[in-house]
Amino acid sequence: MTETLRLALELAAKDLRVELRSRTALVSAVVFAALVLVIFNFARDPASVSARTLAPSVLWVTFTFAAMLTFNRAFALEKENQAIDGLLLSPMPRGALFLGKYFANLGFVATVQAVTLPLFVLFFNVGLGRALPGILLVIVLATAGFVAVGTVFSAMAVRTRFADLMLPILLLPFLVPPIIGAVQVTTRLLAGRPLSEQISWLRFLGVYDIVFLTLCAMLFPAIFDE
Amino acid sequence: MTPPPDATDDVPHLQAEGVERRFGAARVLRGINLTARAGELHVIAGPNGAGKTTFLRILAGLSRPSAGRVRVFGHSLRDRPDLRRELGLLSHQSFLYDDLTPRENLVFAGRLYGLAAVEQAAEAALEAVGLSHRMHDPVRRLSRGMVQRVAIARALLHRPRIMLFDEPFTGLDAPSALRVLEVLRTQLAAGAALVLVTHNLAEVWSIATRISVLVRGTWAIDEERPADREAFMDRLHGALGD
Repeated sequence: MTETLRLALELAAKDLRVELRSRTALVSAVVFAALVLVIFNFARDPASVSARTLAPSVLWVTFTFAAMLTFNRAFALEKENQAIDGLLLSPMPRGALFLGKYFANLGFVATVQAVTLPLFVLFFNVGLGRALPGILLVIVLATAGFVAVGTVFSAMAVRTRFADLMLPILLLPFLVPPIIGAVQVTTRLLAGRPLSEQISWLRFLGVYDIVFLTLCAMLFPAIFDE
Repeated sequence: MTPPPDATDDVPHLQAEGVERRFGAARVLRGINLTARAGELHVIAGPNGAGKTTFLRILAGLSRPSAGRVRVFGHSLRDRPDLRRELGLLSHQSFLYDDLTPRENLVFAGRLYGLAAVEQAAEAALEAVGLSHRMHDPVRRLSRGMVQRVAIARALLHRPRIMLFDEPFTGLDAPSALRVLEVLRTQLAAGAALVLVTHNLAEVWSIATRISVLVRGTWAIDEERPADREAFMDRLHGALGD
């Protein structure tokens, strides 16, 4: 297990290093997130839809689609010069490959979220205040699960001819449950309700994480079993 | 896990038995056999589309045969995935990350194989292919030939005892080709087994031990390297239908 974790961290560090050099996925995702927030902000009629009503959905739609841009990059990077074969040829367990990509994707998505959240507060004039710890908790819980699913589907999609098109089609149905949960909790927290009232949704997100992280780790090796 | 047998044992480094590969109705490989032992260079030639690269991918464990089996030191890679460290593959693709430098690429690869003193090993491997002076440039700034040399260094970095090389001399100038040939000669002398795909037999004739010609998925010629090269080339052209 220690060796698997070491290899996973090596792989994630390599992905982050490559991304820092090329800035392909992160810049695209951050710009995309900012644009979505701007569009929703100005497309809204303040007289009929309040910012607080719309804000939670906008936040999670932005997170979801921005994350998808980074998922696309995760294995597209390995298709360049067929580097994936170099990974598969090595004695690295397939589980380490999954974990490494998962950690890298978590890092990318967390970075996008860290930039998006302040922009969201700014554009929608939403005071997070006491809700912030709860919002951060729900972000962590929802992100942990959907990044696992995104990692597996990006590995599958990259082997198809239209990877960019395939990924959302494959992935979005699996993201509906955690996004619904995250939006529900975010809405209530922004309305000033205490976190203790959201236990059932938080439990749901926790169960989703456990189930899908386990399933993804089990299914991932089969994707590369040609 | 038991360690792989020593090179002195009677177990071949690499053995393929009755390997077939079908893509839909197309039979790309039809019952191919191959045995590679320590110090042997098995050269595979053949026309485009004969199945050479497919066969090499099957030998490397990157593709599964439709029938037949491949043994590495007597074991299936499925049963003994740790034996993947005994394989080094040079493909048409470099397996390199363009945004990283050759040194970073090799250090990363070395860590996947759990090499000790990986930085020194990476630098030594780059020196062996004559690229020490460009080790800190991103791969995307290197010429085609230089990328090929980095790819060769990557394939040899972990000192595999079985090397699978697909057209290793592609893009190399004459001095670089000679340098790579010398590297291969050294590896063979150290007890490695090498399976090498090439369109240019002349380049490796001097170090080849066995030559096989793949035509339409089956061996048209498969024999020890003959003494008379000219006569063999005539037979080769006949087999290829030139």
